[in-house]
Amino acid sequence: MQHVSAIREPLVTGGKTLHDVTQDICYQVEAKPNLRWMAALSVALFFLGVFFYSVYRTVWYGIGEWGLNKTVNWAWDITNFVWWVGIGHAGTLISAVLLLFRQKWRSSINRAAEAMTIFAVICAAMFPVLHMGRPWLAFYVFPFQNTLGSLWANFNSPLLWDVFAISTYFTVSLVFWYIGLIPDFASIRDRAKGPIAKFSYSMLSFGWKGSAKAWSRYETVSLILAGVSTPLVLSVHTIVSMDFATSVVPGWHTTIFPPYFVAGAIFSGFAMVLTLMLITRVVFRLEDYITLEHIALMNKIMMVTGSIVGVAYITEFFIAWYSQVEFEQYAFINRATGPYWWSYAAMMTCNVITPQLVWFRRVRYSIGLTFILSIIVNIGMWFERFVIIVTSLHRDYLPSSWAMFSPSIIDIGLYVGTLGLFFTLFLLFAKFFPVINMAEVKTILKYTVDNGPTYNPEKAAHAHAHQPAIHGAPASAPVTYNQHD
Amino acid sequence: MTKQFALGIFDDEDVLLHAVENVRAAGVKIYDVFSPYPVHGIDDALGIERSRLPIAAFFFGMTGLAFALWMQIYMLGFDWPMIIGGKPHIGLPAFVPVAFELTVFFTCHGMAITFFTITGLYPRFKTPVMDVRATDDKFVMAIELDETSSQFPRLTQLLRDNGASEVNQKEMTH
Repeated sequence: MQHVSAIREPLVTGGKTLHDVTQDICYQVEAKPNLRWMAALSVALFFLGVFFYSVYRTVWYGIGEWGLNKTVNWAWDITNFVWWVGIGHAGTLISAVLLLFRQKWRSSINRAAEAMTIFAVICAAMFPVLHMGRPWLAFYVFPFQNTLGSLWANFNSPLLWDVFAISTYFTVSLVFWYIGLIPDFASIRDRAKGPIAKFSYSMLSFGWKGSAKAWSRYETVSLILAGVSTPLVLSVHTIVSMDFATSVVPGWHTTIFPPYFVAGAIFSGFAMVLTLMLITRVVFRLEDYITLEHIALMNKIMMVTGSIVGVAYITEFFIAWYSQVEFEQYAFINRATGPYWWSYAAMMTCNVITPQLVWFRRVRYSIGLTFILSIIVNIGMWFERFVIIVTSLHRDYLPSSWAMFSPSIIDIGLYVGTLGLFFTLFLLFAKFFPVINMAEVKTILKYTVDNGPTYNPEKAAHAHAHQPAIHGAPASAPVTYNQHD
Repeated sequence: MTKQFALGIFDDEDVLLHAVENVRAAGVKIYDVFSPYPVHGIDDALGIERSRLPIAAFFFGMTGLAFALWMQIYMLGFDWPMIIGGKPHIGLPAFVPVAFELTVFFTCHGMAITFFTITGLYPRFKTPVMDVRATDDKFVMAIELDETSSQFPRLTQLLRDNGASEVNQKEMTH
């Protein structure tokens, strides 16, 4: 007997068969790069050039190339670092947290979102390493005995916690992502025609054959990795927030920072996932896999986390007043009304007001509006970090050393440059790797359950010829595609 | 050494599951089943035991935790005690973040290495497979034949009766 769910809509539209999925996803990998991709890559490579030039200036002439001064000694570099790390968090949320919550819709987006995580963390790592001034000594952050004696690293410092958090996060995400890629590389390998493709995808697929035992272990490993990645992703941004929260700078010394930063990270990350997915689905014709339903669901997560961030902003302001600490109060009044009022206004508008538009169904399901919204949120989240870092520093306890920060051309070059680095990596990924997890999407195609030995080969063959191309569904199944809510 | 295999090709996971049960009930030993995605319930049908990887994961995690705590306490408490803001040399609360991160680090990488090792996954120049469609849209049940392949006709019938869309014979280097 077959059971067809009458209330659940298929997560993948267009009545795809298993073979269609392989065909659609592998097409991109096998076909010659199209013009739009080449054009996009050229732009990304140009900005990568900008990045390398800025790195060269920073390393060769030193940190003086940046706009930092004695008072504002952390500015765009740390802003960019926190912004990039935050963006990465959505990928892990999709691949780990949504896996634990059995949100099957994640299957279509988790591969690209995880790739985004890895590339965002690479971009993020550039900033603290370059800020060291002598990046070739970056290994000093690890507990090596230094050359003069047996002085170890200071494990009481949140900056050192960050080293461990970011390196763990990067390697764990990479391993999790790669294990997921192995079965898909095997699919490409078994379809490959040319000797180079055969060889490279055989190497990449680690000899995967899809045997029952291997799949069983694969699922166990995925589940455990998801289980450890979930607290990991929360810990990473918590530790990033402690870089500020454990200091005694008014405006930074706030216990609300860890949850507030984590919510902000997921908020900005989902905005970036939406930006990337909206482009990817059109460029690679994946509208059947990344449907309007996916976009609406991601919008909802963005709205929830955006609202948490909004509440955090207001709470923070309230607590500054409630604390009766003069300096704390001044830091917050100065943020909102001081010389950097415009960055505060940008942060409030982009992060608190715009996500509330998602309450409207029309906004949630509109591709154009979602795209604009996602860009606005990314801008807003950049300003959030700028506000926290620069406005708290620029007026310190000694009014004679109050200063303003203005970025140098190298500051701007580094930021724009990491965008180039990010998009170069993402475009290369999108061309040579399967952008959608084929094996996982195949598991959600079938939304019927057949329980009972009623198989009749003749009848099945007969039925097959007349059936609509909906995999697994009988022709008479009560399918309701168009009801969204 | 080469071996002969009978390959039953199935189009649907449910059909495959019933076939696995029936073939095993008929007293035929199944070599392996290859599928494009994890088929739920096949472990029980094939009699595959539950993986003990979670136990390994626990021990990797404990190793990481122990290592992290030892490292921090030894380095800052005994090998080169430093006075940092007048705080105790061994301030356990400050050691929590690194201890947690290393627990996760060891669990994840230990698991990955164990998984690759026991499943025999490593980069290869060439990967011979039973049927290339097993990573696309077909479910392949492989049954080992003896040297003369005398059981092949009987197996063909058995597999066809259980819904196999085709049955092939394949020689594999083992």
